Amino acid sequence: MESILELRELVKEFASHRAVDGISLAIPRGGFFSLLGPSGCGKTTTLRLIAGFETPTSGNVLLNGAVVNEQKPYERNVSTVFQNYALFPHLTAAENVAFGLKRKNQRDIPRRVREALELVRLEGKESRLPAQLSGGERQRVALARSLVLEPDVLLLDEPLAALDPKLRKQMRLELKEMQRRVGITFLLVTHDQEEALSMSDQLAVMNAGAIEQVGTPQDVYLRPRTRFVAGFLGAVNWIDGVGLRPEVTRLSRARPSNGGRFRPATITGSVFLGNCVHVLARLESGEETVAEIPRNNGTYHSGEAIHVCWNPSDEMIFP
Amino acid sequence: MTGGGAWERLRAWFLLPARVWMIGLFAAPFAIVIAYSLLTRGAYGGLGQPWTLDNYRRLVDPLYLEVVVRSFGMAAETTAICLVLGFPLALFISRSGKRKNLYLQLVILPFWTSFLVRIYAWLFLLRDTGLINTALQHLGLIHAPLPLLYNDGAVLLGLVYGYLPFMVLPVYATLERLDPALTEAAADLGAKPWPTLWHVVLPLSAPGIAAGSILVFIPSLGAYLTPDLLGGGRTVLIGNVVQNQFTNARDWPFGAAISVALMALVGTLVLFVLRRQRGSLA
Repeated sequence: MESILELRELVKEFASHRAVDGISLAIPRGGFFSLLGPSGCGKTTTLRLIAGFETPTSGNVLLNGAVVNEQKPYERNVSTVFQNYALFPHLTAAENVAFGLKRKNQRDIPRRVREALELVRLEGKESRLPAQLSGGERQRVALARSLVLEPDVLLLDEPLAALDPKLRKQMRLELKEMQRRVGITFLLVTHDQEEALSMSDQLAVMNAGAIEQVGTPQDVYLRPRTRFVAGFLGAVNWIDGVGLRPEVTRLSRARPSNGGRFRPATITGSVFLGNCVHVLARLESGEETVAEIPRNNGTYHSGEAIHVCWNPSDEMIFP
Repeated sequence: MTGGGAWERLRAWFLLPARVWMIGLFAAPFAIVIAYSLLTRGAYGGLGQPWTLDNYRRLVDPLYLEVVVRSFGMAAETTAICLVLGFPLALFISRSGKRKNLYLQLVILPFWTSFLVRIYAWLFLLRDTGLINTALQHLGLIHAPLPLLYNDGAVLLGLVYGYLPFMVLPVYATLERLDPALTEAAADLGAKPWPTLWHVVLPLSAPGIAAGSILVFIPSLGAYLTPDLLGGGRTVLIGNVVQNQFTNARDWPFGAAISVALMALVGTLVLFVLRRQRGSLA
C-alpha cells in the first residue's frame, strides 16, 4: 500500500537531549494511526516535525513521496488539532473555521464553513466565541477548522486529554467514526493506551525517542515484541521471565490437572473494581501476581494457599 | 470562615494608606481647584468673589480652542508614533527568550535619571551648536546648522522619547501572555508571518495597545516641561497655558478652569476606550 506519510531515520536533537532518535515509519493513506508512548518519549516532537514547527537534525519527512523538511507549516498540507485546541479567542466558531480557507484564498467559504460545522454537529453555535463554548464543543471547532482544509494528514496532539473522562470515551468513538466518514488520514499522539487501542487501525509504540513496535492494536497487545511494550499496554505478571496478562491469569484451590501451567502461591489481598475483582497472590518464588476474575467467582482470603494457573498459549515470551 | 472574616477586616486596613493618599493629596486639592475655577480673579492676582462660570465661558475663545486642538493633535501624533515604534519593539522583546529581562531593563533604563536632565540632554544634542549639527558640519554634509530645536518636531521628538516606555511595557505584557500555540495554529492553517501578525497577534494585543495608548496620550496632552524646553515657547500646548495662568498671567481661576475642563475631557475619553475594550473582550 502506498504511504501518505513517511519518516526516514528521523532525528531531532535539542541543546540538552536527543528527543527523536532515528525513527523510520510509513503511514498508510486513509487510516487511523497512533503514536503511543509515555511522556517524554518523543512522540509530540515527532508530530511537530511532521507539522513543520520543528526542523529535523537529520533524516527526512516525506509527504506524498516528496521530502518536506524545508517546507514551512503554512506550505504543508497537514493540519494539527492542538492539545488545548489553540482556538483564536477573538474569533467566533465560524470565523475560526474560516481562518484557513481565507488564508489560502479558497472559494465558497460560507458553504464550506457551514458544512464543516455540520460535520462536527455545531449547527447553531456558529457565532459563539471559544470562551462561550464547552470543552467538547471547542474541540469540535478545532477539528472542523482543520478538516475543512482537507489536509493530507490530520495530526492530533493528545486531543482528548483536556476533556473529562466520560466525554473522553464518547469522543473516542466519534473521532474514529469521523475518520471513517471523511477518509482523511488521522495521526494521533497519545500516552493513553486505551485510547490508542480503541481508535487505531495501526499504532506505533514509542520509548526514549525510538519506535519499539508497529502493528495493529491486537498485535501490540497480544504479541508485544518487547517487555516495554507489554508493560506499557497493560498490566503484566512476570513469572520466570514469561509475561501474563491479569485477565488470562486464573486461580485454583485444587492442583490443576488439565495440562496447563501453574505455580503454588499465597493470596495477599484483593481489590474490588465493580465489574471484576483483582486478586493479588505471591508466588513461592516471591513474585507478586494479579489475577483479574469475575466478581462472582467466590472470595479469596489473605493467607490462603492457592495455585496461579494459565494456558501456555497466553504466555508472552521475549528474547 | 473566621479566618476569612479576619482577612476581610485586615483588608480594609491595607487600603488605608491609599485612601489617605488619594483623599488628602488628590481629591481634596482637586476640589480646591474646582472651587478656584468658579471664583473671580482678584485685583492683584489673588482670588475674589463673586462665584461665576465666566472662566469656563472664556474657554470657547478661538485662541484657546486652537491650543486645545493643537494639544490633542500633538498627543495623538505622539501616541501613534509610540505605537508604531513600541509595538515591534515589544514583539521583539517578547520573543527574545532568556534576554527578555535584559531588554526590559534597557527600556526602563532612562528612568534612572531625572526627566529634566534627559530633556536638557536633548537640548545639547539638538541646538545649533549641538552635537548633531556640529558633527554634520564637520562631515561637510551641511553648511549651516539645521533647525532641530524650538519647533513642533522637537517637541514631538521629546514627547515620543519620554513616553515610549509607557507604550512598550503594557504591549509587551499582553504579547508575553499570548499562547505560542496560537501563532503556530495560524501557520498550521496556512497563514504566513505577516497575516499571522495582522489577524492573530495584533487583535489579541488590543488590550495592551489600549492601555499603552492611554498611558502615552494623557501625559502627552498635559505635557508642560517638554514643550516648554524643546519648543522654546513657540509651541504652546494646554499645559503651558495652564502654567502661564498660574504664574505670569496671575489668573488662577482661569488656570483652574482649563485644568478641570481638560480633566473632564480626558476622563470621558478614557471611559470610552475602556468600555469599548470591555465590549470587544466579552
